[in-house]
Amino acid sequence: MSEAGSGATLLEVRDLSVRFRTRDGVVQAVSNLSYTLRRGETLGIVGESGSGKSVSNLATMGLLNRSYTDITGEILFEGTDVLKLRQEQMRRIRGKDIAMIFQDPFASLHPMYRVGKQLAEAVLAHEDVSRDAAWNRAVELLEAVGIPNARARARDYPHQFSGGMRQRVMIAMALVHNPDVLIADEPTTALDVTVQAQILELIDRVKREFDCGVILITHDLGVVAETASHVLVMYAGRPMEYGPAQEIFTGAQHPYTWGLLESMPTVEKRLEILVPIEGSPPSLLHPPSGCPFHPRCKYRFEPCDGERPPLFRLPDGHLDACYLPPERKRELWTKRIGAELGVT
Amino acid sequence: MLIYIARRLVWTLVVIFVVVLITFVVFFKLPAGDPALRFAGRSPTTAELALIRHRLHLDKPFYTEFGYFVKNFFTGDSNGWPGLGYSYEGDIPVLQEIEQRAPRTLFLIAGAGIIWLIFGVAIGVTSAVKRRSIVDRVAMGFALFGISAPVFWLGLMSLFIFWKELHWTGGSGYVPLTQNPAAFFSHLILPWIVLALLFMAVYARLTRGNLLETLGEDYIRTARAKGLSERAVIFRHGLRASLTPIATIFPLDLAQLVGGAVITETVFNLQGLGWLAVNSVFTQDLPTVLGVVLLGAVCVALANLVADILYAFLDPRVRYA
Ligand SMILES: Nc1ncnc2c1ncn2[C@@H]1O[C@H](COP(=O)(O)OP(=O)(O)OP(=O)(O)O)[C@@H](O)[C@H]1O
Ligand SMILES: [Mg+2]
Repeated sequence: MSEAGSGATLLEVRDLSVRFRTRDGVVQAVSNLSYTLRRGETLGIVGESGSGKSVSNLATMGLLNRSYTDITGEILFEGTDVLKLRQEQMRRIRGKDIAMIFQDPFASLHPMYRVGKQLAEAVLAHEDVSRDAAWNRAVELLEAVGIPNARARARDYPHQFSGGMRQRVMIAMALVHNPDVLIADEPTTALDVTVQAQILELIDRVKREFDCGVILITHDLGVVAETASHVLVMYAGRPMEYGPAQEIFTGAQHPYTWGLLESMPTVEKRLEILVPIEGSPPSLLHPPSGCPFHPRCKYRFEPCDGERPPLFRLPDGHLDACYLPPERKRELWTKRIGAELGVT
Repeated sequence: MLIYIARRLVWTLVVIFVVVLITFVVFFKLPAGDPALRFAGRSPTTAELALIRHRLHLDKPFYTEFGYFVKNFFTGDSNGWPGLGYSYEGDIPVLQEIEQRAPRTLFLIAGAGIIWLIFGVAIGVTSAVKRRSIVDRVAMGFALFGISAPVFWLGLMSLFIFWKELHWTGGSGYVPLTQNPAAFFSHLILPWIVLALLFMAVYARLTRGNLLETLGEDYIRTARAKGLSERAVIFRHGLRASLTPIATIFPLDLAQLVGGAVITETVFNLQGLGWLAVNSVFTQDLPTVLGVVLLGAVCVALANLVADILYAFLDPRVRYA
């Protein structure tokens, strides 16, 4: 792993598993997930819908309802396991040291409070200042995320903002206390393409200016291509491939990652060679045996539906969970996927 | 916002006019028999009948008659505003009868309304916050009881227990506030509770349902993600959004009781407006029934107006639309 430019470890997730006890049975939403986030880095977490991206990060935020959720493993934030904290201790970290932005900016702001008030409230949640001071801080932050005419706009209600503007407000809200970790859960999915790029750029700028670590969750590898330093590919709640972004984009090892790369729209690629992955993710109530991806995998062979593949460590330090022999993967990558993408 | 209110106001006036027209037709044009005959009492002379016809404008075409009726209703007659004419029973103006009965009903509704609003919402919130706990189950069991228990039975049982057996409260009947405040309260406390019970149950369920739904919204997750205390999350964010629908049905429920609290008024012998209307139906005193019905209808129309304004006031998405 190249250590150049990476700061202190902020977040270390170790062997995280999350189960929901539901009426229909136990949903195994996240299984044996581990990753690390350092200051100044962006970790991209990529996977199709339902792969456990949100759930694993909601666990970090302490936002899963523990009354019907079983969480095992450790989530170390600056050395302390947040899973062991009591509610009140967790509350003091939430929104202060670890902040989160959500997917749907249209639904994520309270429709009945002024935007400035919602920001000021975030200030007051962790800081004992006057209301006026909190309001002024709110206005400053709105300015910082590029809302024109911020002092006046602070008095508006969320429905008076466009989607992109609302997502800026959400980012401002996350920045109130200068967090160490910023989790952005599909921050651009609900926005149109031109706005998407602006928001991603803003998040990247924020990472540099506020010197925090960013977790960027997305469906689309294209979104993380520009900014991520590391990429974690998840499927059916499991890590499939994890490593430095550079290596994933120039030498992906896992057939699922290949599928994601092939279905990724890029400027060079013409539309006709966009290949979606066939089939759909498995039910987490009754996960398939072996590799969860094997029912949809073009390259499956005997061992795939037997034992669950462990994470194999490659010489370059990057991890993947696929039984294909390394030579075969290299061959497939150079001859087909990499060639198609024009990165070999 | 002002334009919105003005539009609603005009619309309310239109509704009231239509209500007046319909009630007028239903009460004076559809029933068989000559209103003048009813009005005159036993064996009137032809001259008397002619005089009555003239006074009631029965000798003019329908629209003139209606015109007078509307004019009296909106601008008042010799007995004051709104002009509602005379009762068939003796020469008492309908307005006077209503004025006599109205305070009883209004005090009944106001007291009950306060009780059911406060307790209904409190029970609903507790239930939602402690979802699936014993508290929730007991509260929702109570709500089911409140919704299904017949008011007359509750009324009689409560009178029997708290008045007759325990002597904790006053019995049936109404004592004016100015005459004896203590007796006023002790006579009204049972009717308040009995009338409030049904609505309390409905409001508790509604609050619980709304709050649970709201607590599942994304913006509640945002509120938690900010690090707000659970209290602030539930009360400032959850309750704020889930009370809007309740605040807007409240005026309607109150208004609907203006002529509609018949059973409570009867069981507790309060002799309010609902009681007056039902009694007048039995004596076929059409002008009085009409008076109460019109008053009730106008109250509902006005309550609708209030609800609309309240809604706009509470929800910025409506206010700025
Ligand atoms: N509260 C819950 N109770 C039961 N199952 C849940 C709950 N929350 C999430 N799940 C399930 O856990 C799985 C993982 O969900 P998660 O939201 O993490 O997916 P995701 O990768 O974020 O997908 P998306 O891209 O659609 O946001 C899904 O199958 C989902 O149905
Ligand atoms: Mg998600």
